[in-house]
Amino acid sequence: MAVTDPAVGASAPDFRTRLQHWIPKIVLSPSLAMIFVFVYGFIAFTVYLSFTDSRMLPSFGWVGWENYSKLWRLSHWEISLINMAIFAGLYIVVCTAIGLMLAIFLDQKIRGEGVLRPLYLYPMALSFIVTGTAWKWFLDPGIGLENVMHTWGWTSFSFDWIKNRDFAIYTVVLAAVWQTSGFVMAMFLAGLRGIDNEILKAAQMDGASNWNLYRRIIIPQLRPAFLSAFVILAHLAIKTFDLVIALTGGGPGRATELPATFMYSYTFTRNQMGIGAASAVIMLMTIAAIMIPYLYAELREKK
Amino acid sequence: MAVASSDTAIRTGRIARTFIYLVLLLFALFYMLPLYVMLINSVKPLSEITGGGMMNLPDIWTLEPWRKAWSEAQIGVQPTGLKPYFWNSIQMVVPAVAISTILGALNGYVLTKWRFKGDTILFGLMLFACFIPFQIVLIPMARVLGVLGLAGSTWGLVLVHLVYGIGFTTLYFRNYYAVFPTELVRAAQIDGAGFFQIFWRILLPSSGPIAVVSVIWQFTNIWNDFLFGASFAAGDGAPMTVALNNLVQSSTGVKEYNVHFAGAILAATPTLLVYIVAGRYFVRGLMAGSVKG
Repeated sequence: MAVTDPAVGASAPDFRTRLQHWIPKIVLSPSLAMIFVFVYGFIAFTVYLSFTDSRMLPSFGWVGWENYSKLWRLSHWEISLINMAIFAGLYIVVCTAIGLMLAIFLDQKIRGEGVLRPLYLYPMALSFIVTGTAWKWFLDPGIGLENVMHTWGWTSFSFDWIKNRDFAIYTVVLAAVWQTSGFVMAMFLAGLRGIDNEILKAAQMDGASNWNLYRRIIIPQLRPAFLSAFVILAHLAIKTFDLVIALTGGGPGRATELPATFMYSYTFTRNQMGIGAASAVIMLMTIAAIMIPYLYAELREKK
Repeated sequence: MAVASSDTAIRTGRIARTFIYLVLLLFALFYMLPLYVMLINSVKPLSEITGGGMMNLPDIWTLEPWRKAWSEAQIGVQPTGLKPYFWNSIQMVVPAVAISTILGALNGYVLTKWRFKGDTILFGLMLFACFIPFQIVLIPMARVLGVLGLAGSTWGLVLVHLVYGIGFTTLYFRNYYAVFPTELVRAAQIDGAGFFQIFWRILLPSSGPIAVVSVIWQFTNIWNDFLFGASFAAGDGAPMTVALNNLVQSSTGVKEYNVHFAGAILAATPTLLVYIVAGRYFVRGLMAGSVKG
């Protein structure tokens, strides 16, 4: 697999040949250096900070696991983890369900598919700040949907989730699903278009119903698309930050705090950098647990 | 991978088809609704909005909110509108996208045509870097930018986006060049062509499609970034997303919703334009990160 030596001058490599040998590595090295310093070096630094007494600024007094034990006793952190579980679970399931349904429906020789597809997809091009601004207003009971229903004569209509501690996290799910479900649709649609029609025709000859065709033949073949969708949605969920900032600001109260907003406020506004670093490490571990097996499998297969 | 290939062989009845069209249209409405609400309310006077009637067309059409959002609204200390922050974002996006795409192309070339022992592991390390939660690098990054004298500046953000974008651009070019015939490269080598000559003459001329993907991906990601902008450039050097958030969240005075919406659309316009012009590639790009090329 390694082709390092050009065919010329194999016996006595002159300067030019040796240079040719090194150029690829020299070209790659600035990127690698940046990645090693700014990614892995920084990760090491943050991990180290999570064991120190850093508060407003990094400091290097070793405190062992104290930050972690403090972190796990904080109700604020507990809330953000529970919210993450609700948010990530619903977000992944609903996006996948809507994405799969729309893809299957769009795959039925639909007239106007060329118009519908971009309509479903465009939210993905927007910033979460824009999405959050739009939904925040749309869901506001005073001027948004509730108000519209009242002026249309449905005076008992009530929809105040965004102001309600128990329901606010579901509005974050709603906005996030709005933003990403079209993209999941595109992934499934690509998978559906790759399915061999001959098998389907043969099964149809045998009298299989559409329901059974999908359940037994088509959906099982979409396994790679399911896996990709899961990995992408899971990592987006854990990274979700801007959407919460723009939509609810973490409120009402702490009702929509997520680990990402927790880390930000502990590190930069509450001057508890050690605890902030510890929470970032836990976020990284969670993503690594999902990504490393996935990347390992992807890169291995290519050999 | 191509989205527009053959349709399914599944046949559906009339009732089922009506139902399918109905669902598809309902979802189209769902996706369009927030944009419609933003657009329609950005051309209304404030009094019409606070009086209710979010879904109604304006009684009086006005572009005043747009003018205000662009050049008058109070965001920083001065009532400058979003204009200077828009240019901040442009100044940040253009070099970051250009440099990361060029480096990605070279990296992809090395990793596929000049392979060496351990290159897959190195690539894996680069790829994993794309997916880290950026919280893990915020603290040291803030320190380093401070030491380099880049804190609060556009160039600092260019550096940040360059570093955390290389993994993706490398991924795109690597997957693309992997299926490029290696025999052509070998033949050119035997003819005495060097590393850069081969890249310039043989690979680059056929790299158009993947370069478009890389540019679109990087452009949307960097333009839409909020976390880095808010952490490292909160003042006058802030990018558009941060400025928009400041505008919308500002608690002083009356909440001018129409101005907020005009601002939100202004912030969304560049990525929407890119999406409209090259949406097909955008989809392909989004998927190149997940589905093997």
